[in-house]
Amino acid sequence: MDATKLGFDTINLGHGSGGTMTRDLLDKIIFKTFNNPYLNQKHDGSIVKFDRPFAISTDSFVVSPIFFKGGNIGELAVNGTVNDVAMCGAIPKYLSLAFIVEEGLEINDFIRIVNSVKRAADTSGVIIITGDTKVVERGKGDKIFINTTGFGEVHPNANISANNIKVGDKIIVSGFIAQHGMAIMSQREGLEFESTIVSDTTNVNFLVSDLLDKFGSKIHLFRDPTRGGLASVLSEIATDIEKGVAIVENHIPLEKQVAAACEILGLDPMYVANEGVFIAIVAAEVADAVVETMRNHEKGENAVCIGEVTEEHPLKVVMKSLIGGKRIVSPLIGEQLPRIC
Amino acid sequence: MKYLSEYRNFEATKKYLEEIHKIASKDWNIMEICGGQTHSLVRNGILELLPEHVRMIHGPGCPVCVTPLNLIDKAIELLENNVIVCSFGDMIRVPGSKKSLLEAKANGGDLRILYSPIEAVSIAKENPDKEVVFFAVGFETTAPANALSVLHAEKEGITNYSILASHVLVPPAMEAILDDEFCTINAFLGAGHVCAIMGIQEYYPLVEKYRIPIVVTGFEPLDLVQGIYMAVKQLEEGRCTLENQYARVVKQDGNKAAKDVINKVFEVGDREWRGIGEIPHSGYVIREAYKKYDAEAKFEISNIKVPENSKCIAGEILRGIKKPHQCDQFGKACTPSNPLGAPMVSSEGACAAYFHFTDNLITS
Repeated sequence: MDATKLGFDTINLGHGSGGTMTRDLLDKIIFKTFNNPYLNQKHDGSIVKFDRPFAISTDSFVVSPIFFKGGNIGELAVNGTVNDVAMCGAIPKYLSLAFIVEEGLEINDFIRIVNSVKRAADTSGVIIITGDTKVVERGKGDKIFINTTGFGEVHPNANISANNIKVGDKIIVSGFIAQHGMAIMSQREGLEFESTIVSDTTNVNFLVSDLLDKFGSKIHLFRDPTRGGLASVLSEIATDIEKGVAIVENHIPLEKQVAAACEILGLDPMYVANEGVFIAIVAAEVADAVVETMRNHEKGENAVCIGEVTEEHPLKVVMKSLIGGKRIVSPLIGEQLPRIC
Repeated sequence: MKYLSEYRNFEATKKYLEEIHKIASKDWNIMEICGGQTHSLVRNGILELLPEHVRMIHGPGCPVCVTPLNLIDKAIELLENNVIVCSFGDMIRVPGSKKSLLEAKANGGDLRILYSPIEAVSIAKENPDKEVVFFAVGFETTAPANALSVLHAEKEGITNYSILASHVLVPPAMEAILDDEFCTINAFLGAGHVCAIMGIQEYYPLVEKYRIPIVVTGFEPLDLVQGIYMAVKQLEEGRCTLENQYARVVKQDGNKAAKDVINKVFEVGDREWRGIGEIPHSGYVIREAYKKYDAEAKFEISNIKVPENSKCIAGEILRGIKKPHQCDQFGKACTPSNPLGAPMVSSEGACAAYFHFTDNLITS
């Protein structure tokens, strides 16, 4: 799309007024980009039909900076929600898309984000069926916020529930952790450092679907460790199932450059956000085959088993350290903060 | 980044641990000075791998923990009076008498979390109509960068920049701990990063005066177990000398350029330590020539004085008299999300280390 033909360089309050400027923005950018029968009706909402039980998940995206190495807020908003729906054992089908734009956002940036949304939606096989665009005064937002809600049909073989988890189940991580958080951190104002770390934002729904095709109810739980990182999600699981979780530090998949960046900034990669990684808790007898299936898929080629569910230390995650000691892995409290020295 | 593998090596660490088990015949209390060392000990599960009778006592070397309460209130006062306050991340969650810097930020204060005080000078340059204050806390380790920010501001002719300084020094704190009548410490692991700046010369008189072994030690698991081994070996052999385990970083005379910068801007003066009280000649104060960069001189905040929470035993924790789980409030009225004192909230605080990484299951 050529921004010069739009007749405006930045988004202003008028674009959120509901009047002709709003219509202009929607027609020239949103409807033109997504161009599907649901949106083309230009109705207040869309009607869809599901044959099976369906899963719904919603998420708001407020990342700063909005463009980062490996992606931008647009594809993040699609992948994040698509993955959340997939974590329910469902096949994502439809997505709602709502923008809250701060006045002054450059139209080229908006177009770039909308195009990324479209690309990511096509890649993960979901259709944008309804949406909203609001504009807020400068200072009342941070360039752009996006909310997406995903709808998906539950996979016929899926029986995903923390209640199914048993002692002895294996815990598998689908790939390198902490990539997304460190990519964002490396570009934050005041913290910029040279690195080639890129966000891992991607859709994992097809890999999840393959796993459900093959292993069905032997897969007891999927979770994606986004905010709060691997440590927080594992702690939550241990608390929910009232059993112990034992993991081994040197099995945690951590790319060298990410490990180094975490060291320099004094951050623990176990608490850093991920976007294209998920945890699968599976029956012990299929664990090796699950890892192998993941490794044969481009979204899971660094998959590894990091530990298991135990009778011992209920409610706690205990990590065997690199040197053979043990420590509790507690959930993240507040935000991880840069240290003094 | 070789140290990530070499100094976290299982086999090498195991070898030193076995040696410690072999030679340790008596009860020994060893204090690691630095909070970074405390966290590494706990995070790597080293405490449970040591013989029961080799006990690590956690020292006062957590800059956030020893920064006086009234200084946090002073920073908050500035924040609430339209001053841009810049701080290292650790400080912002530490409770002041009424609130933390983070809460003051939520109420509208312009608080910036930085990695380097030099960035604060840039912020001052970009905001000429605002006053910018850097919350300059820490031991000898952070003093050079903080001093450099003052020199940088002077060179650039920036007049809207100042620092709220609370720099403390390690050797006087060690002396105060050793002079305490309840002190049971047999040896020290010296703070590696402090010595990287200052060198090790000033520790010889302590070894002589108190007849106590000091091993300057690093922060990785292998550093720590080697440092503990060296300390235990001295104790078992009845020796007391100054040894340098962290020789790959720490030189005899330290970093001359860094010391020169410190001495240009700061001079040694009396300092208050949170939980411990005032220790003579235990910190840096800004020299007269640089008073215009001293936030306490520039703004009317020097009268702010507030009492500590009487339920918090941070002073005993910082002097190694009690361990975090021996506090009645630990994990009950005092948690990282609702801390009574600084050691529970700082990333280097002993209470936070115990809260996050251990529980009875492991420490028992």
